[in-house]
Amino acid sequence: MTTNQLILKTEHLQKVFGGLMAIASLSFEVREGQIKSIIGPNGAGKTTLFNLITGVHPTTAGKIFFQGKVINGLKPYVIARLGISMTFQTVELFPQMTVLENVMVGCHPRSRAGLFSSGFRLPHMKKEEKWIRDESFEKLGMVGLQEKASLPAGSLPLGEQKILEILRALSTGPKLVLLDEPAAGLNKVETQKMADLIYSIRDRGITILLIEHDMSLVMKVSDEIIVINYGEMIAEGPPALIQNDQRVIEAYLGGETDYA
Amino acid sequence: MGKNNYLKLLGILIVVAVAPLIIKGDYYLSILVFMGINSMVVIGLSLLMGYAGQISLGHAAFFGIGAYSTGVLTTQFGFSIYSAFLSGLLLSAGVAIIIGIPALRLKGHYLAIATLGIGEIVFIIFNEMIGLTGGPSGLSNIPPFHVGNYQFTLSIQYYYLVWVTLFVLIWFSLNVIHSRVGRALKAMHGSELAASAMGVNLSAHKIQVFVLSACYASIAGSIYAHFVSFIAPNNFALMTSIMFLVMGVVGGLYNIWGALMGASLITFLPECLRVFKDFDILIYGAILLMILLFMPEGFLVGIPALFRKYFK
Amino acid sequence: MDLQDQIIQYLASGLTLGSIYAMVALGFTIIYNATGIMNLAQGEFVMFGGLIMVFCTTTIGLPLFVSFFITLLLVTGIGIIYERLFINHASKKAPLMTLLIITVAVSIFFRGIAMFIWGKDPYGLPHFSSPKPLIIGGAAILPQVFWILGLSLLAVILMNLFFNRTITGKAMSACSVNRMAASLVGIDVSKMVLLSFALSATLGALAGAAITPIALMEYDRGPMLALKGFCAAVLGGLGYGTGAVVAGFLLGLIESFTSGFIYSGFKEAISLIILILVLFIKPSGIFGSEEVGKIKKI
Repeated sequence: MTTNQLILKTEHLQKVFGGLMAIASLSFEVREGQIKSIIGPNGAGKTTLFNLITGVHPTTAGKIFFQGKVINGLKPYVIARLGISMTFQTVELFPQMTVLENVMVGCHPRSRAGLFSSGFRLPHMKKEEKWIRDESFEKLGMVGLQEKASLPAGSLPLGEQKILEILRALSTGPKLVLLDEPAAGLNKVETQKMADLIYSIRDRGITILLIEHDMSLVMKVSDEIIVINYGEMIAEGPPALIQNDQRVIEAYLGGETDYA
Repeated sequence: MGKNNYLKLLGILIVVAVAPLIIKGDYYLSILVFMGINSMVVIGLSLLMGYAGQISLGHAAFFGIGAYSTGVLTTQFGFSIYSAFLSGLLLSAGVAIIIGIPALRLKGHYLAIATLGIGEIVFIIFNEMIGLTGGPSGLSNIPPFHVGNYQFTLSIQYYYLVWVTLFVLIWFSLNVIHSRVGRALKAMHGSELAASAMGVNLSAHKIQVFVLSACYASIAGSIYAHFVSFIAPNNFALMTSIMFLVMGVVGGLYNIWGALMGASLITFLPECLRVFKDFDILIYGAILLMILLFMPEGFLVGIPALFRKYFK
Repeated sequence: MDLQDQIIQYLASGLTLGSIYAMVALGFTIIYNATGIMNLAQGEFVMFGGLIMVFCTTTIGLPLFVSFFITLLLVTGIGIIYERLFINHASKKAPLMTLLIITVAVSIFFRGIAMFIWGKDPYGLPHFSSPKPLIIGGAAILPQVFWILGLSLLAVILMNLFFNRTITGKAMSACSVNRMAASLVGIDVSKMVLLSFALSATLGALAGAAITPIALMEYDRGPMLALKGFCAAVLGGLGYGTGAVVAGFLLGLIESFTSGFIYSGFKEAISLIILILVLFIKPSGIFGSEEVGKIKKI
């Protein structure tokens, strides 16, 4: 199911923090429906890249295009509503809210009820609440978390928290999802589940941009891989190519412990 | 909003209806009226502080705007009660928007400082615009509240007026908390980063809650003005704002019921201490300290925790 | 009085007021830096400074010099007790908002004690030197003003030396930047917190003792001073001691001049109005840096 449409494109992206150039000049494209992975040593600028795309940090220079529209300079919530969603390297669930509520929050951009209609429980608000609740509960069923729906999100084991975070990100109805190290801290079984989840996301027509250190996962799920070091891209291509690229092996794959 | 909350609402309804049969006398009824009025303000504050995570050090300003709006408009300009109340609401909301928008754009707690300033500025306006407000000597002869020809002149009437209004406000607040808006607020409180990544417009929600809390305070102030029929700027000074905060923290900020509890307790406490004359401020401070030190999350969390510790 | 004399007069009263605000702001900042808490009972240190000084000189009849040092000692002791009893334990489990309210409760408690001991009347002190005003130009300036200014400047210089030249002082500065890192390096954070309260109390006491001959002192002077000191501290860039001191003097001068030349009704509010105006233009305060302004939370 490859369309040739570009869903995301960066042009000479640059980010400077104080005296540190986190991203030097990054230009790449992501096609609709792809699973594209970003790998590189720690501190290479990968999470910073995600933060630039989602609007958390402003860009120093360069442009980011989402479905043809320039999005750098927009606020994070606007970008989220345009169709980009993300998960975080350190899980950023809402720990005091229940598992179900965390997923329900994801529906925020797709719903409308405001202060007035919520406070007076107007009919259209009640209808909206129902479909938000039902849909979110169903989603929990797909990953086997329904029994834990009323538990505080912070009480889940790490593997389930990560899955919950992805569910939440999917609730916004995104066209592009950014996953920041979804397999970090997961064991072999959990990592396999994560891979399956990633495939099922792709099967819904959602594009995935992935940061990962777990090489076996990366090589398995990715259509294409970008390798970043010191804020610059040093290689781009399908897994087979990257695995054998000399520069990549030197910079990254060579000395790294394999997490698999 | 959950069975639990409906039960609590019902409980309140029953207690409110029945209480005047047990508690008689103007003096005690007045205390109950003040408890209700303060609760309205503190519930608004708890929405702001507990959910949106912002601090207001000047909520007495909105309380005062509500009071003076209805006071001045009914005594000097012959407004009807409803238009006076509404004007107070609009004015409070307007002020909240004006300081909220710039203050909430900034990261950190600059709203706290802005509210401190607004509190003082409004206080000065009350003091200095003598022609309008009567200045430091206050505004008197505020007419009693009335619905049509039915006049509210007795304490017991105000008691029901206040507590029914409070009931409606609590119902409204609970609805908001258990809605999309409430979830967005709780999300914001949990992680602003994640909340905005999920499409929550942080600034818009913060301002909305701030304006809402200002409106609660304004309604409370308007009723207050008609109940006491005489108001002076000193009723709306910094101390009053801080008292509202103390009420919220003592009761427990994250909870509407905590706000209710804290407001009631702190309204009632000084009355108990009246007998102590010279010691009253001292004992008041001491009690506050003990509550805060031993129950830092407020009564609502602290008392059940105590129970569990000593009775299990 | 012609304009020049008026200016000198307002300058003097402005600097006098300003030095008190500066002392309160500095004390405020020291505690904020070590703990992240806004001590709203800061003004009570000033109040105790004045009233205890009155007690020593008037009631017991000790000589001024001795009273002064005993006052400083006693109020510092109050600061230490305050921290040990109410802050030390609470700061470990209470949220920041509660700690803020605890300082409010302490302020009420202290005021209660003061009211119990001294009642509600204002008290005065003999001037430290001569009560006869000096004539400068056409303006009459009390010598006490110079005592206030001198003692305040001395305090500021000593604090400066302490924080920049001594190991303990640098350790305290380290706490303000990063508590966890400081404790990992072996700094006893809880001792630093205690020290911060002690120092703030001393500063407050100094201000209180010095100002009472001119402005008298009563049990509830605290909150107003705390408010002004807080404004000065934030104005100067929260957490930045020198900024707090300068802002304190600035505020005193502005208050004096607006009250004299424009309208005295604004006297109480001018600090806050200035604060809001400045914050909307430069949120990190006059002297604060942008980065620091964003990191520090109330």
